[in-house]
Amino acid sequence: MLTIADRTFTSRLFGGTGKFASAQVMKDALEASGSEMVTVALRRVDLQNPEDDIMSMLNREKYLFLPNTSGARDADEAVRLARLARASGGGNWLKLEVTPDPRTLLPDPVETLQAAERLVKEDFIVLPYINADPILALRLQDVGVAAVMPLGSPIGTNQGILTLAQVEIIIEQARVPVVVDAGLGAPSHAAQAMELGADAVLVNTAIAVAADPVAMARAFALGVEAGRMAYKAGLGRRLSRAEPSSPEIGLEFLHS
Amino acid sequence: MFEIPSFQDLQKYFVDCGPHEVNRTLESEHPGITGLAALLSPAAAEQLPALAARSAEISSLRFGNIIQIYAPLYLSNYCVNRCAYCGFSADNKISRRVLTLAEAEKEALILHERDIQHILLVSGEAPARLGVDYLVELVRRLRDKFASITIEIQPLETEEYRRLFAAGITGVAVYQETYDRTTYDEVHLSGGKRDFIYRLQVPAKAAAAGMREVGIGALLGLADWRLEGLALGLHLAWLRRHYWQTALTVSFPRLCYAEGGFKARVDISEHNLSQLIFALRIFDHDVGLLLSTREDARYRNGMIGLGPTRYSAGSSTVPGGYADPELEGEQFSVGDRRTVKQVCLDIRGQGFDPVRKDWDAVFQKPEDGCRMTDDGYG
Repeated sequence: MLTIADRTFTSRLFGGTGKFASAQVMKDALEASGSEMVTVALRRVDLQNPEDDIMSMLNREKYLFLPNTSGARDADEAVRLARLARASGGGNWLKLEVTPDPRTLLPDPVETLQAAERLVKEDFIVLPYINADPILALRLQDVGVAAVMPLGSPIGTNQGILTLAQVEIIIEQARVPVVVDAGLGAPSHAAQAMELGADAVLVNTAIAVAADPVAMARAFALGVEAGRMAYKAGLGRRLSRAEPSSPEIGLEFLHS
Repeated sequence: MFEIPSFQDLQKYFVDCGPHEVNRTLESEHPGITGLAALLSPAAAEQLPALAARSAEISSLRFGNIIQIYAPLYLSNYCVNRCAYCGFSADNKISRRVLTLAEAEKEALILHERDIQHILLVSGEAPARLGVDYLVELVRRLRDKFASITIEIQPLETEEYRRLFAAGITGVAVYQETYDRTTYDEVHLSGGKRDFIYRLQVPAKAAAAGMREVGIGALLGLADWRLEGLALGLHLAWLRRHYWQTALTVSFPRLCYAEGGFKARVDISEHNLSQLIFALRIFDHDVGLLLSTREDARYRNGMIGLGPTRYSAGSSTVPGGYADPELEGEQFSVGDRRTVKQVCLDIRGQGFDPVRKDWDAVFQKPEDGCRMTDDGYG
């Protein structure tokens, strides 16, 4: 079981709601993924409209609703969006995204840290989307975030974990759950993140734009499960050279 | 300052564009300006299906299986410029009108009832009749009802754009019409718009003011479309380098019939237009591409998913035309007269989601007297 803040999750695959061909496809894919937490862009939904296409499809009993601040250029905008989400019944959980470059959508570390500090003080449960920067991850943990969400590669690129070495350090040092987010393009990428010891992954584009999003959601769920199982089973370490499986170590000289 | 080479110089990019260059570009992640020339070249026209496939693949990954929906709201057809191709040209004998704020609000409410959440405010260029004060007041009345409000009006200075941004306007579209200096001088007969260099700097001024989105475009039918495409690519790349926080869009208006009877100087076929759209998508994966109701329903339905990311719907191009569909005095003849609902149904029918809302007024820091306080809802 994975615990973030005061909630436990059976599934370690978190979902998204963007880029789907229809709200129905989104709903079916989320169900197939087994996800228990889904993120929703505040810019995309009208929280106060019960007929909103996305919100009306999401069963809030079944999924923990994780609003995100996608589109925010700085800390002020992110904080304002977060407050609006809470005031409109969006709850306390927040995926903090501060992405001033609309082209790469890479997160701004300075503004993200500032916003996180302010939002934690206002009792939000903050899950910041960050570049895979171990020091930033530590600084965010120091201000009280509930998890960190380092990117594998830029959003929507399906390139997998290009930030491998950094993600490994983040995981090794983490005092809160690490959720690898963005860029996971195939179930094998998700499995790889879980094998490294990530606590969960968040996948949106690769599922939403697959030819069969429902089947792809299921494939990702299996990838996550396999990766987690392998991590718990204890993977052999990687070596840069061959090593005999029955080594003759040659320590006969030691006194007994 | 952005400068554009002459069309004669731009032509040199096409000298070595054969099938080999086209294939190499199609396999490249970052085609660059020489790759864009290859994609716009006659050799690439022979490979249009391959261009379409690559453009569709990039669009799907970057934007998803969606089309954003918007509608224009024409505020005024007064114009001080004489432009040979435009229905609003100062010497055309059309019925002229600038909507009162109340009339403009009424038009906007009709769009709101049709579930349009992104509106583009459009006017001819007549600052004395419709200026910044008018827009600030109109936006104050509308901002709570729409996810985003953008403008396509006369060029303004950075300070004026800054004021409009603070009021709640998020984006500016300003089209060069043609990047060919010679043609530009020939079709812009009088008025401030005659100044080619001045107009070329306007997108940068809007970006410098903090606008979230800046749209550029060329009116297709005035000059060689391949060279216009290359110029658009250069302009995009320059804006990206200098204003990295601004999202960019490109429009592809083909000359339609308009009052004045201007005949297109060059023919742009649907094949040509499609090649231009695919080429720019492959060149710039992140640019928003607009396809308006100038094009007919058949073409727009066919292009869903292949590159364009934003469609206007249910458009009227005459001030007051939503309240009174019989009005005359439109900027150009609309090619797709389907309702918003029908456009959305057709998009769904193609397996894409017609997205009505993809922004929120709350991103803008509200001015005094607006609905928000700094602590949330006021």
